[in-house]
This record gives sequence, structure tokens and C-alpha cells, in this order.
Amino acid sequence: MQIDLRVLRFNPERDESPHWERYTVDGQPMDRVLDLLHRVKWEGDGSLTFRRSCAHGVCGSDAMLINGRNRLACKIRVDQLGRRISVAPLPGFPVIKDLVVDMEDFFAKYRSVMPFLMASDEPPPDAERLQTQADRERYDDTTKCILCAACTSSCPSFWAQKSYVGPAAIVNAHRFIFDSRDDAGHERLQILADQDGVWRCRTIFNCVDACPRGINITKAILEVSSAAVEDGG
Amino acid sequence: MAATPNVPIHEYQAIIVGAGGAGLWAALELARDGVKSAVLTKLYPTRSHTGAAQGGICAALGNQEEDHWEWHMFDTVKGGDYLVDQDAAEILAKEAIETVIELEHMGLPFNRTADGKIDQRRFGGHTRNYGEGPVRRSCFAADRTGHMILQTLYQQCIKHGVEFYDEYHVVDVVIEDGVTRGVVGYRIADGELHLFRAAAVMFATGGFGRMYRITSNAFSLTGDGCALVYRHGVPLEDMEFFQFHPTGIPELGILLSEAARGEGGYLRNDTGERFMERYAPTLMELAPRDMVSRAMETEIRAGRGIGGKDFVHLDLRHLGKKVIDEKLPDITEFSRVYQGIEPITQLVPVRPTAHYGMGGIPTDLESRVVIDEQNTVLPGMYAAGECACVSVHGANRLGTNSLIDILVFGRRAGRSMATDVRAANGELPEMPAGAAEPVRDELETIRSRQRGESAQHIRLELAAAMMDDCGVFRTGATLESMTHCLRELRARYANVAIDDKGRVFNTDLLETREVGYLLDCAEATVAGALARQESRGAHFREDFPERNDADWLKHTLAYQAEGGPDIRFKPVTITRFQPKPRTY
Repeated sequence: MQIDLRVLRFNPERDESPHWERYTVDGQPMDRVLDLLHRVKWEGDGSLTFRRSCAHGVCGSDAMLINGRNRLACKIRVDQLGRRISVAPLPGFPVIKDLVVDMEDFFAKYRSVMPFLMASDEPPPDAERLQTQADRERYDDTTKCILCAACTSSCPSFWAQKSYVGPAAIVNAHRFIFDSRDDAGHERLQILADQDGVWRCRTIFNCVDACPRGINITKAILEVSSAAVEDGG
Repeated sequence: MAATPNVPIHEYQAIIVGAGGAGLWAALELARDGVKSAVLTKLYPTRSHTGAAQGGICAALGNQEEDHWEWHMFDTVKGGDYLVDQDAAEILAKEAIETVIELEHMGLPFNRTADGKIDQRRFGGHTRNYGEGPVRRSCFAADRTGHMILQTLYQQCIKHGVEFYDEYHVVDVVIEDGVTRGVVGYRIADGELHLFRAAAVMFATGGFGRMYRITSNAFSLTGDGCALVYRHGVPLEDMEFFQFHPTGIPELGILLSEAARGEGGYLRNDTGERFMERYAPTLMELAPRDMVSRAMETEIRAGRGIGGKDFVHLDLRHLGKKVIDEKLPDITEFSRVYQGIEPITQLVPVRPTAHYGMGGIPTDLESRVVIDEQNTVLPGMYAAGECACVSVHGANRLGTNSLIDILVFGRRAGRSMATDVRAANGELPEMPAGAAEPVRDELETIRSRQRGESAQHIRLELAAAMMDDCGVFRTGATLESMTHCLRELRARYANVAIDDKGRVFNTDLLETREVGYLLDCAEATVAGALARQESRGAHFREDFPERNDADWLKHTLAYQAEGGPDIRFKPVTITRFQPKPRTY
């Protein structure tokens, strides 16, 4: 069937502002948006620019705004979207070219929440630390994050205040704060209790809708907020 | 040649190319040791394909039942159809244990046993007591073990202040007078070339599965590191051994992890028969991947594919919702998203998908690149991970052994780089003037050509032909045909053109460059496959269907040459286990 594909394009070496381009692309219901973009790039216009790598929803390269929602282009199918499909870069980030946005600030915020295990005790030299299945389950959901930025880019609080650390960074702080092996929860909570931390969340739930990994992000943020209250009290 | 434009030069003791498991662990070793080093990646580190690995990482921890590293070593050697270098396999199996323990110490969220230890499950070809039956050896974090390894290592790199150059595409390695001097990086954001001068250069650039039409590999797996050293006279070892993973999603190639069979999944043909009973009566679906893939293709050829088509069924229905939801959540989601199939209640169509290159850049046990039959070291050059061949996988890799390979030998690469740069007292080799000019010319030639074919047509033809003529089954005739095809594609590649003439984020240019790498990797693969007149592991010649230890218990080394690669041979290191017939 014929798909009416509209792509918001911007070439900084040529264009003053982004503009929509329309393509008529042959597609099947089970095709992914990434397949359509590749068809345009490989059979029509090689200059169409986007990131992608694994093409099955685990590397996080190809998050973009598809029919008004943040999706991974490799994980959303034509039959879920219909014959009219619009694709634009992730909102809230500077556009480098076409569907490619500048991710530097996003990763800097991720790094700012100490996203690594900090254990005060020495582990046993020749064996693993023990962790109960229940303790392991406690932070399971937030280990799924692939740092695609779909959540942060969907967040109105982030749009309004770009210094907000954003849902993705909080998710990754949660992953450690609730890991029974970690002892740096207090330091992370202090970072997140900052004016650009967890309090900027207005529980709008856009992030939950956007997450291609099905993480309950708002729940994770609320758990971090509660922990910050207790930590401060 | 035009006047040399100003190319920024960065100086480091060590440069690592690639930010998957091997590159990140090496970087961590260097950072902990205080060696000034940096990692270059054409992606962001967390996009590396290590993150796509699903099922687990084997180590003989014995958390669930008795296990020993000697058994793991034996399985690795036998799984590799005795082409494995056994000194390397011994290191792999021994160091696997401390490596997995260290991953846990770094914070990796392994699934846990009832008593809080790392949980372990069965995986193909991993057995107790030298082949008696399956053993629980694979340590896992649900079915996203690779994702958790990649995240954990990147997190540790952040903790230890590792320096990254993200989205720098390495387009050449500088080797002069037999000494490695650095690399040329292309900054994707603005198209500028940067020179990185270093005493040690490590390639951890991953695989080259994109030379096949149906593959589990990311689009970025285009054999960059293998091709770049090959162009500089380094041979590629055992390239004819390319693994087809049994359970790919038809057409798309996306992997449904072996963990599905490790947890007890069956394979069924059109009559509903568990056909592996006829091919591997002891291990059944958990036989090594080469055997399972061949069995599936044999069933399909005999007309017993589902509805006579080119796929069979993976049956998970008897596992129940709880096991599937808790232990296989990602891969069942792949079925739902990409096939519209509900694995809890429905049969899942699967077929072999090109997955992993056993061959690659030859290295010694310390991950130093070696260039001939005598294992002569190329000073300053290191490799680990899928791009390297040490060789622990021989003719066929066992499931989970890739993750342990990248970490054990990535760590060894980091340590040997630290040792070697210290021995050089911090002196860096001279960077020749104009070191970036050859690749600048190559890139500008493509960019400035006004008319020509798109490299994507060439890539698609290459990938389709490799699937048919150099796939699960090969013959002398199909490989001759592939050799001619490659010659023609190369000639056409010399005249490709691109649409995007710009500097900023020019993926048209870089994808075109990557097709050239794939042609190099395919050339070495086909040459090795044509030379090797026997069947062993993943290399199955229908005109030579038996393994022939008398003539072929040796590695191939493919050297790039005018008119096609030169093939030379290197002996296999055999220590504990003499070759035996391989039955399961």
C-alpha cells in the first residue's frame, strides 16, 4: 500500500528553518517506520539523515516524534499508525540535521546523577555479593532504560525548563538508589533534591506513554521524590 | 595532492576504537591504571551491539549444580569443532569466573537464586562432565544480559573518568614502517578529520554480519576494524566460519535468544515433530548452533518447513506464562512487535539468521595483533571482541561465549596496553606528515563524484548473494560464483556517488564507506571458504561434507592482494583435548 510519509527536514548548511517534505512510499502493515525512512534514503534521497543501529528497539538510537508521539522508528509499525505518517525530530533538543538532535546535554544529565554502583563495603574477593530475589526485583523496572531520550523529550516540564535533569536521569538514579548493594542514595537524592531535580515533575505521564521499554517512569520518579523527602527529614 | 589542510592532532598513550564490551573493559583497565587514553565510537557507547546480547554469559560458578572450568573449556573446544586454540580456551574458561564475579561487584543486576547468588541456566553446547548432558552455566539478567553488561561497563567508565569521543567514525589506522602510530577519526557532527596519535591502538569494532541479507546484526556492524587493518597488510583469520543463529525472525533476522531453548523451548517442523531428535539425540535443541541451523535448513530443503516455506516453529507454549514473562520478556516482546505472534499461546516462526563471525583480526593471548604463521606481533596494535580472532571459538562459537570473550580479552587488551606503553616510557611514535591525506582523498572522491551508482544497491546485491552462495551450505561452485560477484561489485563500488554533498552529519557518505568494508570482509570470507575443502563447524561444504583433520586442522590467514586474497595457514594449538568426532 502507499504511505503518505511527511518528514520534518532541516539541513543547517542550506536551510534557514525546518520544512516538511512529503514522500509517497510503498509499505506493508508490518513495516516499521525505520523501513520507510530507509526506503526514502536508499531509493530516493540519500541525504535524508537519521540515527539508527540495532533496528529492534534495544540500542535507543532512533527515537523520534512519530504522528505526534515519541517512538522508536524501529519499533512502531505502519498498522499502528495508518497511511498518513509524520516524522519529526525529538522535541526539546537542538536539531543538528533532519531527524538528528544534539544528545550531549541529555547524556551530561545522565552522568550528573552518579549512575554507577557506590558500595561502601569491600565485596568478598572470590564471590558475588548476595542479593535476595525481592531486593533484585525492587529496581528491575528501571534497569531496562536504553537512554533513547523519548521520555525526557516528551516532558512538558523539560520543555519549559531545559535545566530540569529530566525523567531519564531520574530513572537511572532510581536504578541505584533502590539497589540494596548501593550506599550512595543520600548523595544522589541531594543532587535530585535540587531545584532542577525531581520536584519539577508534574506527573503528566507523557514519559510513561513515550517509553519504548514500558518502564513506569512516573512511578519511579515518585519513589525518588518520596525518598528525597525522607532523606531530607 | 592538495595542500595539507589543518588537521587537529590529539595525543594519547592509548586509543580504543569501539565502545562495546571489549572496548569499555579495556578502557576501564587503562583508566584504573592512570594511562592517558580515550575511546572513539561511531555511535554513543550505550548504542553498541553488546547491548543486544540476550541470553547470558557462561562461567563455571557452580551456583546451581556442580561445574568446573575444565568442562567449560572442553565444551568450547568441542563446540568449535577442535579448531579452537586451546591455550586461549583455557584462559577463557578460567577467567570467566573472576570476570563474572567482577561484573557483579561493578553492580550488574544478575537474576538471583533463592539463596541470593547469581542465577544460572542452560545454554546450547554447555554440558556437565564432558558432554554427559546440559549444565546450568549461563549467568543472566533476564534476557537483556548484554544490555546490562554494556550499561554497567559504561557506568564504571563514567565513574573512573574515561574520556570518550562519541560519534567519531574511525576511517583509517596509521601504520608505517611496521609500527602503529594512531588512527584517523571523522567527526560525524561536522565532517572534520582528526588525527589521534598513540602508542597503543585497540580495535574493538565488532562484527560484520551486515554482509548477509538476513542478520541479527545492527546496521552499524560493517567490519570497519577488520577491513582497515586488512588494507594495511594484516591478515584476517578463519573468516570462512560465520555463525548462523537458529532462531531468527524470518526476513527481519532479529534474534530470539537461545535462552528460549535454554528454558526448555522446542523446535518443530511442519508435521509437528521435534526434529532435533534425529540430529542430536542427547542435547536436542541445545546442540551447538551450527548443527541446529543445518538441521533446520535440512528440514526446510526436504519440504518440512511450515507449509513448505522457509521457516520452522519455535514452541514455547509448554513453558507457561510465568516463565516466559519472568525469564524471556524481551524476546517474547520481539515476537509480538515484529511478528504479531503471542508466544504464550502460539507457535513462533523462526529461521537461521547470520549472527557472528568466528574469524577476524588474529591476536595472541594478550590481545596483541599478530600478522603471520609465527604470531609476529604488529607493534602498537591490539584487538578484542568479535572483530578479533584469538581463537576461542574455532569453527563455531557456543552461545554466551561471545560475551565472556569480549570481557576476558578486552580486559587483557587493556592490561597489555598499559604494560606496553609503560615500557615505552610514555614515548609516542612519530605521526607521519599527511597521515590523514589518503583517507581524505578517498572520502572526497566519493563526495565530489557527480554521477554514479548508490552504494546501497551494491550492499543489497552483496548481502543477497552471500546469503545464497556463502551461507549455511556452500559448494565450490557457489563460492566461485560469489568470487565473480565480488569482483563485479568491487568494480562498481569504485564508481559510487552520493546524494548528500554536505559536511554536517553526512550518513550518506559514511554508509557508503561502510559498504567498502563489507566488500573486504566478504572477500576474505569467500576466499577462506573456497580454500577450505572440508566441513567443520559453521563451514559446511556440500562437496566436502566431512571434517578432515589430516589436511585441515589449521587456521586460514587471508591477506589482501591484487586479483584476490592470498591464503596462508597457521597451526592450531592443542593442549588438553585431542580432536574426536563431534556428536551430541
